[in-house]
Amino acid sequence: MNGYGLYTLFSKEMWRFLKVSTQTLLAPIVTVLLYLLVFSSVLSGNIEIYDGVSYASFLIPGLIMMSITQNAFANSSSSLIQSKMMGNLVFMLLAPLSSLEFYIAFVGAAIMRGLFVGIGVWLASIFFVQLPVHSFAIILGFAVLGSAMLGATGIIVALWAEKWDHIAGFTNFVIIPASFLSGVFYSIYSLPSFWQQVSYFNPFFYIIDGFRYGFLGVSDANIMTSFLVTLSFFIIVSVVCLWLLEIGYKIRE
Amino acid sequence: MAAIRIQQVHKHYKQLHALKGVDFEIPEGSFFGLLGPNGAGKSTLINIMAGLVKATSGSISIKGHDVRKQWRQARQSLGVVPQELVYDPFFTVKELLRLQSGYFGFGRENEVWLDELLEILSLSDKANTNMFELSGGMKRRVLIGQALVHKPPVVVLDEPTAGVDIELRKMLWDFATQLHDKGHTIVLTTHYLEEAESLCDRIAILNHGEVVALDNKQALLGRYPFRLLCLSLENHADIPTSLQDKVQSFENNQLVLRLHREHDTVSDVLESLRSAQINFVDLHTQEPGLEEVFMSLTNKEATA
Repeated sequence: MNGYGLYTLFSKEMWRFLKVSTQTLLAPIVTVLLYLLVFSSVLSGNIEIYDGVSYASFLIPGLIMMSITQNAFANSSSSLIQSKMMGNLVFMLLAPLSSLEFYIAFVGAAIMRGLFVGIGVWLASIFFVQLPVHSFAIILGFAVLGSAMLGATGIIVALWAEKWDHIAGFTNFVIIPASFLSGVFYSIYSLPSFWQQVSYFNPFFYIIDGFRYGFLGVSDANIMTSFLVTLSFFIIVSVVCLWLLEIGYKIRE
Repeated sequence: MAAIRIQQVHKHYKQLHALKGVDFEIPEGSFFGLLGPNGAGKSTLINIMAGLVKATSGSISIKGHDVRKQWRQARQSLGVVPQELVYDPFFTVKELLRLQSGYFGFGRENEVWLDELLEILSLSDKANTNMFELSGGMKRRVLIGQALVHKPPVVVLDEPTAGVDIELRKMLWDFATQLHDKGHTIVLTTHYLEEAESLCDRIAILNHGEVVALDNKQALLGRYPFRLLCLSLENHADIPTSLQDKVQSFENNQLVLRLHREHDTVSDVLESLRSAQINFVDLHTQEPGLEEVFMSLTNKEATA
């Protein structure tokens, strides 16, 4: 194991997004706060999704998790595609770094960016509503698993992508719709039964539902089901990601 | 032990058979030139050495470490200066060297060497400059620095002087020579045959994915059966028919004849000129350069 090499690659990935934190941290936090401002002020008086839970309290955990996953995906995918396009990926490929070390460094940095954005949104949301905390361990567990899953997905998509356009396409046509239509803004029980059924096939639903349970102690799905589904998706995505890195898919011909 | 051992390496890219059983060794401590026209397979071979491309069959080892099975040791033994001017625009020169050194497992203890590298490459005053602010020549020097952070015993320079100015080219030549003097094995691919001729002690010529020549430089040069006879004529003249097939060039009264070492003698040529009443004011002979050897070997292949 090249421990120091792994640490260096992880630091480099951290450094990369911290150097442009206005774009990578501040901008997503502001975007989510705008959602919060608009939706909570428009809908707060009208909707109570769970008994005794205000709409803002329901919405904020969903928004936090949505921003965590979107930013985790953006971090690993944009870093890797940029290295591929600029050609500087070669420096990592020439170094004695294994697929696992590469995976841990990239996913680790994606988790960190997700957490930074998530914590930022949480702190800013204090001005709107004081969120309860049912279980900090569940909140952290889902935040880490969700961002790791999307970080690994980002690596897979960037390995496959041949240009920025492919990343943008995947982000806009898969990641954003799947995270929007996953119960961030509503309980899936308020949907027609067909769309309820569809939601059960969306991994984002379980990530967000489980994460929200960590705050509110109530959720649409059973917390254990959400945890196992999220864990399973994380494992599947990680195995695919590690396999693609090991065979050098589109990076080592 | 050979610095690099290449055994029966084949590489197929769909229809293209890019390397056809390449098999040779690069001796330790040599300054090795890998030559060949565009598309000959030089970069593919280097990329297989570096682990950037996988061979379809065959194997390569660096200092005895197989590039596939013992890839960590093989990569620790090899420093590659890529052909393209690639860089990470997020970082400064020093940060990039630190990162590269870290990837190879070196921490703070390597700082002294990194500073020395900056000094040798005349980059000390640019240590804290962002990569995108550097000129092309400076970026090229940073690439060399990145290849040397882990003090690899084998250094591959893939077309290092393509498109660089004369001053930088000279600096790169001197630097490569210094590395070689310090005991590094150097592998150089280049389009400039003059470069290989003045630097390399052993040369392989690749053409269409095959090694068409592999020898010490002197032996390789000796293989070419011609030498050149250069004459400055007094006046422009018609060259006698008997010499026409030997004319390599004839411009501004400067006549260059290509003579076969065994079949043509200088005295016969001079006699023919005298009979045709052609006077010359100066003459000298010239041994063939790598360019002639290269052209004859690669053309022979092309027409075979």
